[in-house]
Amino acid sequence: MTEMWVNMGPQHPFNHGLWNLRVKLDGEKVTDAEPVIGYLHRGWEKMVESRDYQQIIPMSDRLCYCSALTWSHVYVSAVENLMEVEVPERAQWIRVITIEIQRLASHLMWLAAVGTDLGSYTIFLYAMRERELFLDLLTNLTGARMTYNYMRIGGVRNDLPENFERDTLRACDLLEKRIKGEYYQLMDQNTPFRMRTIDTGVLSKEDAMNLGVTGPNMRGSGVDFDLRRDDPYEKYDEIDFEVCVEKEGDSFARYRVRMREMLVSCDIIRDAFKKIKEGPVRVKTPRNAPVGTAFAHVEDPRGESLMYVMGDGTNHPYRLKVRSPIFVTVSAAPKMCIGYKMADIPAIMGTVDMCVGETDR
Amino acid sequence: MELHFDYSGLYEFLYSVSSWLLWLVGRAFEFIGVDSDNFFYPVRQFLTDQQFVYFVALILVALIYLVAGLLFGIQFIWMERKFLGRFMDRRGTQVGFLGFFQNFADAFKVLLKAVIIPKDSDKRVYQFAIFGILAVSFMLLGLVPWDNNFYAVNVPLALLLGLAVFSLAPFTLILAGWSSNNKYTVIGGMRGAAQLIAYEIPILLVVVSAVVMTGTLNFAEMVAWQQNNVLLFIPLFIGAITFFIAGVAESERIPFDLPEAESELVEGWQTEYGSLGWGLIMAADYLRAYIVCVLFSIIFLGGWAGPDFIPGSVWLLTKAAIVFFFMVWLRAATVRIRTDQLLKFCWNRLLPLAVINLAIAVLIRVYSVGWW
Repeated sequence: MTEMWVNMGPQHPFNHGLWNLRVKLDGEKVTDAEPVIGYLHRGWEKMVESRDYQQIIPMSDRLCYCSALTWSHVYVSAVENLMEVEVPERAQWIRVITIEIQRLASHLMWLAAVGTDLGSYTIFLYAMRERELFLDLLTNLTGARMTYNYMRIGGVRNDLPENFERDTLRACDLLEKRIKGEYYQLMDQNTPFRMRTIDTGVLSKEDAMNLGVTGPNMRGSGVDFDLRRDDPYEKYDEIDFEVCVEKEGDSFARYRVRMREMLVSCDIIRDAFKKIKEGPVRVKTPRNAPVGTAFAHVEDPRGESLMYVMGDGTNHPYRLKVRSPIFVTVSAAPKMCIGYKMADIPAIMGTVDMCVGETDR
Repeated sequence: MELHFDYSGLYEFLYSVSSWLLWLVGRAFEFIGVDSDNFFYPVRQFLTDQQFVYFVALILVALIYLVAGLLFGIQFIWMERKFLGRFMDRRGTQVGFLGFFQNFADAFKVLLKAVIIPKDSDKRVYQFAIFGILAVSFMLLGLVPWDNNFYAVNVPLALLLGLAVFSLAPFTLILAGWSSNNKYTVIGGMRGAAQLIAYEIPILLVVVSAVVMTGTLNFAEMVAWQQNNVLLFIPLFIGAITFFIAGVAESERIPFDLPEAESELVEGWQTEYGSLGWGLIMAADYLRAYIVCVLFSIIFLGGWAGPDFIPGSVWLLTKAAIVFFFMVWLRAATVRIRTDQLLKFCWNRLLPLAVINLAIAVLIRVYSVGWW
């Protein structure tokens, strides 16, 4: 049988979002792969150049539909670095808590997507059920389910609502119980799940570093690197937490990293609630940024997200560059897919956690 | 001719009903004065002819059996939705009484959809494949009895015939996949054919062991043997498990639904089908699952054998529903596996198990271990 190119995308059940993975098939074996992105390009970086610094915050929420808070956070961090604003301590703690809640919600969304990719709607619905807990928390805090518009330059919009700590800790306890119980039995101990994920999409340590893969995908390949620990921002330096690393580099390792990260996030949230103190949550900031450049990079649920902002003395940025983790990670798709079966592609690309909103910007 | 119905079997009953109805028509002809010199006399003769009565009875049997089978297919879809819902921590369908009418709503929705045939497809084969897959399922439906008295046909080699019909399915899959002229459907059709052919072998071996035990290929005699001796599930436990797993694969359900793996192949060989054609294919899929369950309960669980206060067919369908419950459970608990793993699983695990099972059956038969 001669080889043929198959377009898996841009409208295909396996790609969550609009992108295209062209694969060359020899029978069922993938001999070549080529990711094509850009279907969701909105010209975000150009768009923000004509907006105020404050107006960009809700726009940065729209970068990723799974973890809006982390993107508005990296934006406000970059602008704070540019304006040299000191964020109050309580606001920093609130940021840590909300970002970790967002990370949990994002990872659960990823888990749901992996479930459907592998053909189990049980995983999908269980993950969505738990995600709802954290979305309820964020709704209680910010008033929105998806795009929160909560971060502010110089702090956060509002203080924590009543009983937020109690609700969050309860949700974390429940999630921890479920991950260690139901999820462990449904996925880790499930032979078909292991058959599908173990030894598929192996990405070696060297390849992961050379291709610029970051975040859980890189830690799944055995690279011990986490920006929260290695270049701490906000209050992460006051929290002692474990960086989850798996050596194998296959889909199962990436899956394990994310599941363990959820547990770690729960611990971080508990720790943060112990250390948070009363105080202001926001400071006054200037409207106009000084001439100069600044950047901020954070550990997004998907990897290292970075924003580089260039101020020209006016109230809107001269240039705002976004480094999106998945934009870089998707370039490792050929490395991960070639040599495996076509049926492995959902398992491989599903565990990478694609988010096309931030990829195409 | 007086009103006398033969209740000894569904076929006999319908034969007497149709002969009575046609006799009435004949009397009506006689009443309006159609006698031997009339122009319509041959029609009257034809209506009361033995062959024609036979034909009408056959049509009636087929109709009743088809409706009953389809109703049970629909009931299985409903069961799957409800059970799957509960497994997934949700409530399942809600339309009508316990959500039973959701299926009918879906059927009407599918009916009202526009029929779209791909421009570059091989249109005749494309449409034929729907009827091919339907014909396979409906033929099987006719072969599987519900009761000693409730069956469409009762041939001595029913089991063999049923499995032969079952093995026609891969051809229709390949035809459907190839004629749609789409890369996904081709891959799906190939996968489907490979899977169905591979899993036929363990099924056949297990069935052979059941035949060795009971010494018959007829469903009714098989059930009678189990009534007199022991449910085959007990001596042939390994075989029952093998048959169940292979049956899940034959009916293309998760974890073996590779031919229609929606995450990589969109919908596999069904991708290009729409509207009623797709609905019929879906119905045929569930009918195949239903047939596998009924076969399992006849071969291993004693079919309609059971205490008399409940009719035999109810026993059979209850057993089939219980088997289907396990199928749904399997679907809720597992993910889809890969083609190579599927085939490896068949050759490395199921086939040896089936052979061991056959050896056990032969040993029991030769040495008559125990009291059966």
